[in-house]
Amino acid sequence: MTETDLGLWAIPIAILGGAIRVSTPFMFVSLGEVLTERSGRFNLGLEGTLIFGAMTGYAAAYETGSPLIGIMAAAFTGGLFGLFHGIVCSLPRVNDIAIGIALMLLGMGLAFFFGKPYIQPVAPDLPSIEFGWWSVIPQVKAALRVNVLFIIGIFAAIGLWWMFFATRIGLLIRVVGDSTNAARAMGLRPALIRAVATAIGGAFAGIGGAYLSLFYPGSWNEGISSGQGLMAVALVIFARWNPIACVWAAILFGGAGALGPALQSVGLSDGYYLFYAAPYVLTLCVLIFTSSPTRAMTGAPGELSITK
Amino acid sequence: MKTADQNISHSKEKIFLTDVWLETLGKRSEAVLLPIGALFVGFLTFGLFLYFLGKSPLDFYALVYKAGFGTSFSWQNTLSRTAPLLFAALCVALPARLGLMVIGGEGAIVLGGVTFGVLAGSVSGLPGIIAILLLATASMLVAGVWIGAVGLLRHYRGVNETIASLLMAYIAIALMNHLVEGPFRDPDSLNKPSTAPIAAHLRIGDIPGWDVHWGLIAGLFCCLVSWVLLERTTLGFAARIAGGNIRAAQVQGLPVGRLILCFTSLGGAFAGLAGMFEVAAIHGSANASLASGYGYTGILVAFLARQNPIAIIPVAILLAAFEASSGLIQRRMGLPDATVLVLQGLVFVSILLSESLYGRFRIFYPVSQESEK
Repeated sequence: MTETDLGLWAIPIAILGGAIRVSTPFMFVSLGEVLTERSGRFNLGLEGTLIFGAMTGYAAAYETGSPLIGIMAAAFTGGLFGLFHGIVCSLPRVNDIAIGIALMLLGMGLAFFFGKPYIQPVAPDLPSIEFGWWSVIPQVKAALRVNVLFIIGIFAAIGLWWMFFATRIGLLIRVVGDSTNAARAMGLRPALIRAVATAIGGAFAGIGGAYLSLFYPGSWNEGISSGQGLMAVALVIFARWNPIACVWAAILFGGAGALGPALQSVGLSDGYYLFYAAPYVLTLCVLIFTSSPTRAMTGAPGELSITK
Repeated sequence: MKTADQNISHSKEKIFLTDVWLETLGKRSEAVLLPIGALFVGFLTFGLFLYFLGKSPLDFYALVYKAGFGTSFSWQNTLSRTAPLLFAALCVALPARLGLMVIGGEGAIVLGGVTFGVLAGSVSGLPGIIAILLLATASMLVAGVWIGAVGLLRHYRGVNETIASLLMAYIAIALMNHLVEGPFRDPDSLNKPSTAPIAAHLRIGDIPGWDVHWGLIAGLFCCLVSWVLLERTTLGFAARIAGGNIRAAQVQGLPVGRLILCFTSLGGAFAGLAGMFEVAAIHGSANASLASGYGYTGILVAFLARQNPIAIIPVAILLAAFEASSGLIQRRMGLPDATVLVLQGLVFVSILLSESLYGRFRIFYPVSQESEK
């Protein structure tokens, strides 16, 4: 079989492969945001964390030659951003959404500032697993070349779900997220738990960024993320703060993101920019249909500033 | 006895009046001095950042002064960049009065500019001033509807306006790319896809005697209008009540939905004017240069001005000076173009942190200090 024999079947295959490739950053950012929001904070700055993670991951992988160190560096810097957000928001009258906007701009600024020398050089890629070994069709093989981070992300989602609903730590995070007063009465320290949850959430977003620069698209430049972090934050609302639902939502959004390139690969390039906007439109539609002006959203943590 | 009583009550009233006066003075100076202090803390932090990178902070600020305010040429450069910042900041400050954080002004700027660029060809038969007014109305209408939709979604669907407006900014940029590279592309624009260049009589010129386009005057005027609207009209007062407590405003019978629509679409319309002036006075056609980040700097301007339309003016001039000096800093100090972004981010964090300091400095509260004594 040659490439042309596939005909229109090439589109769904390309979208499937694209969905798996594109969804991983969505998945990591949204898992991090689920953890943060379950503790009652809203971190809008993950877009900046994602971009800074992409830069540090790429730079560290290039300097050391090891993509693993790149991922760890990205997780560490992402954690620092999250920790800063978590600590600063526990000060009185500091608005977590506004701090998120500021950190989004600061993260981008710092990433572009330090990332300038790394735009040209080539860093090692992340390893991936060939799930398409049984097929002889090159497109199917390409679509099923799954990166290890995608699989780690799925396990992380299951782990988070188990943590929230079956462990003491998960229960404590949910208590803090649902009622600061109840948590205080239990003798917990809400500010501390929120700061830790936000820091770990930031580390997740950093790993998502490292995936962008180390696997797909696989290079560092200033246009590497255009709103993926923001869409992932919106996706958490759609997934109703459930880590497992986040995985499905991320794959759906990844599919929307893969629509433009998939159509282009079969020669449909008219209105390319409109297809490119598909994920944003999808996110907006999802927000419109899942929000409600009158009642609090089901499953929303009680202390969350965006749903109060 | 009676006269003594009267005396006592009279002197009490006197103290009361000076107390009110002192209290107002304290609050006003707190509202001015704290943001200025936060601004300087931000500059200082950025200075330390440069120092640890082995660059001289003093050189940096000296260059910014030179490139921003040093000569009449640099003043004119700064003021040309002030115009879009004034509009972009109003797009944040007007909805903020209702408690909405709209940060997608960039999208409204882009659409306002594209509207002008796309429609300019079809009205070029009309005399200049009429055509420009028509085009300006169209730009304001498109951009106003765009941001007004964010307000409506917030009110009628409960959609978070911060996320929605930023998503719509990405959609607006995609729309611009589609229009500029597809149906409205000028075949002669090879390297940078653009709409057809606008006719000479539709271009907006400079203020006589200056090298600054009319957008600056329009921006200053819009700031004044917004200030009057917010501070001196019942509409602005109603907006402030709704921003403080939406439920209370609804109980009072205020039309919260209409207030939100009014303020968001007005903010959007102003941002649309920014895009229009960029196309009509600077670029000469609509292209990707429209999305140059004025919308995002405008967020910082509005927050530094604490959403006050008059305070927006000096803050916008200051931040425009930093943008104007970006080129010189890149050449002289070998710093990347993102340097100004880092500075803006640090100042932004600093101004938000200063929010938690209100009420902490007793010098601003002379009255309660005395009563505690």
